[in-house]
Parts: sequence; structure tokens; C-alpha cells
Amino acid sequence: MSLAVTVTEASTVRLARGCRLRFDEARQQWLILAPERVFMPDEVSAAAVRRCVEEGVTVADVIDGFVVDYDAPRETIAVDVLAMLQDLADKGVLVV
Amino acid sequence: MALLAELTHRCPLQCPYCSNPVELARVADELGTDDWRRVLDQAAALGVLQVHFSGGEPTARPDLVELVAHAEAAGLYSNLITSGVLLTDELVAALAEAGLAHVQLSVQGADATTADRVAGHRDGHAKKLAAAARVTAAELPLTLNAVVHRQNLDQLGGLIELAVELGASRLEVAHVQYYGWGLRNRAALMPTLAQIDAATATVEAARDRLKGRLVIDYVIPDYYARRPKACMNGWGRQFLNVSPTGQVLPCHAAESIAGLDFDSVRDHDLAWIWQHSDAFERFRGTAWMPEPCQSCDRAEIDWGGCRCQAFALAGDASLTDPACEKSPLHGQIFETAKAEANAPAPDFTYRNYKNA
Repeated sequence: MSLAVTVTEASTVRLARGCRLRFDEARQQWLILAPERVFMPDEVSAAAVRRCVEEGVTVADVIDGFVVDYDAPRETIAVDVLAMLQDLADKGVLVV
Repeated sequence: MALLAELTHRCPLQCPYCSNPVELARVADELGTDDWRRVLDQAAALGVLQVHFSGGEPTARPDLVELVAHAEAAGLYSNLITSGVLLTDELVAALAEAGLAHVQLSVQGADATTADRVAGHRDGHAKKLAAAARVTAAELPLTLNAVVHRQNLDQLGGLIELAVELGASRLEVAHVQYYGWGLRNRAALMPTLAQIDAATATVEAARDRLKGRLVIDYVIPDYYARRPKACMNGWGRQFLNVSPTGQVLPCHAAESIAGLDFDSVRDHDLAWIWQHSDAFERFRGTAWMPEPCQSCDRAEIDWGGCRCQAFALAGDASLTDPACEKSPLHGQIFETAKAEANAPAPDFTYRNYKNA
């Protein structure tokens, strides 16, 4: 039984059972396939999810990486990344 | 884009609201394994992402594991829609090994007495509970699907608890759709407005309480709605259904509409059918729409509602779905629903080959 989760910077998140991340050649974009649903994360969200689930790093590591990649204030990036991951967790796509 | 692969119409259950057509296909007319393999490859090439193996009862097909493996190899996300009564440990293990991504298990009520009576199948409920345990033991994600109606809607709280107990991550609460078998049994199934209101409150409270543990899908039923559902998210936009005999349908109930010409995967490639088949072309987009749909600001939101329902209730599939309050028939169907729901329930006409 999964429990309600809160994503924090210390979290490592992975895909919930039944959810699969894959690159769709036809649409040229990353997709998260879930029971009865398909999520089409934008480029930045897809990059964040991939780092989490493929590299197994913490959310803080993902945020630090984005600070370099996108040259934006850490605070802004942290808010956006945490909100996006929390939203996917609330939808049952990600677990910590 | 999704493909509903109805492998067979055979099923041990006899639910009186079954979405299969009233004229059930015989086993001798079913597509073969090679046909289905070809269909899965063509679906992947067409851009389909998810395949739902359904029926009837898909586990009645001896080649199910082979087809799941083929779907996995083609890059499709595969979901099994099952009654669960034929699942064994061996079959679940083989399906998981073949790459099955998800299982959707039906229940007909929260307790065995109600559930077995609705399904017309003795001991079915107990077999389903065992099936759920098999699925979660194999670490496959589980959705519980409960079709609700006047005879089990008051058990909704119990159904939600059951979903949690069985370790489901999702619960789909689906009201009966009144075409085919459901239309035949409408008076035995139509809930009262008071039942609907109570159910909505139950779902809202449970969603809040179970956030992050259980996702609950729930939609207000058509007859009591003000706006029609965006059936299939629009005809021929995201969904195709291949019937046991190979007919390609824009929705699983489309064969209930008289006068539509369907094409078969025995004769054509799926991509050709998607683009050219009369059945898909007829109601695709918005050009076919009559008023008040044509000038409606929701034309590309609800896509005119449900064609099968327009045919069933208005006698013409190209008219506005009477579930919409802008339909001249809307008041009448609301009154019909209320009257039927408040009268004593007649006996079920069970879904089986004898009654077909």
C-alpha cells in the first residue's frame, strides 16, 4: 500500500508501479505512461523526472544541476521542481 | 492514443450492463493469434501508446500471454481488463514476465451476495478477491473497476474501502452506460438523484482522505448531467477498438448504431481504416454537427457528446446527445430516469448467449 507522500529536496523519487517513462519517436517527446493515462511533461519537467528516476539522485541534486544548466536563481528553480514532482506524486505517478 | 483489443466475447460473468453488443460474436469467428499480432504492430506504427486487452474475458484466450509479449516488444503499454475469475498464480506470473504493465479488475459490489447476484456468477466475488491478491503479489499495479447503478451505488463507501484493502492504486467508479445490454436493463439499473448526490459526496470526501494513496475516477452519469461527456475525447481522435471478429470501431458500443459501415483488420491495414473508414469519418471533427452543437462554444470540448446515446435516445446518431441540456430531449430523459429509478426494479436480463 502506497502512502501519501511529500516530496522534499532530500527525497529520491522513482516511478510508481505501472508507470513507464519512454521517448516516443513519433511525437519526438518524453512520455510517462500510466494506467489509463499518458502524461506529456514539458522538456524541463521531463529532464527533471529522468534525472530522478534514471540516475537515482536526490531532488536537491536535480535542482543544483538546473541552477547551472538554466542559470536561474536556486530558489525559483527549487519551487518549480518541487511543485512539479509533488504534482506527479499526488497523481500517483511518482513515489519516494 | 489507445487501442481497446476485445479478444473475445466469451465471459463467465453475465453482468446485465455489459458493454459488449447484444449480438455476441462466436468463438469460431474470432481473430487468430497472427491477426492480433499484426494488429498490435500496426497500432504501434499508427502512434498508439496503450493497448487494453479486454473482452468478454480476455483470459479466456489461450494466446493472451503471447499477445502481451508481442505488445511489449512493439513498445506498447499493456493493460489487462479482467473479471479475474479465471486468473491463476501461473497465469499472473506469465503475464508479468511477458511485460504486462497494469491490471484492471472488475468488482460488481462490495459484498459477495450483491456482487454475485449482479454478475450472475456464483462465488465470483471470492475469486476476484483472490485474483487481486495474486496481482499485487506479482507486484503488478492494480486498478479496481466498479460499475455502479441503483442496486450497488449505496455500497460505494464499501467499494472504496475494498480498493484500499486490496492494495489498488486506482478505483474507477463508472456509471452504467445505457446502450446495448445496459439499455435493455435500464429500469433495473438507473439510480435515483438522491443516490447520485450521496455518491458524489462520498467520492469527494474519500478523495480528500486518500490523496496520494488511492486515485478515484468518477463521473456524473449522463441522464442526470447538464453537459454530455466528451465521449472517447471525440470520435476518431484518440481511440480505436478492434472487436473479436476484427471490426474496427470508433468506440466499443459503435455497432449499436444502425447504418454505420465498419471495416475489418482482415481486409485493411489499421492506418487505412483510421484515415478512411466510413465509421471513423462520419463523426470525426465538428463538420458533421447539427445545431445547437455547430455554433456551441463547447463543440471542441465535449465533441457533441455520445453518438451511441444520440442513436439510442433520439433515434439518429447525428443529433445532439440528449444528455446535453441544449438538446430538446434533455428534459424528457431526465424525467424518464427519475421515473424508472423510483419504480420497483424489474429482474435483470443477464448478458449471455441465450439472451443475445
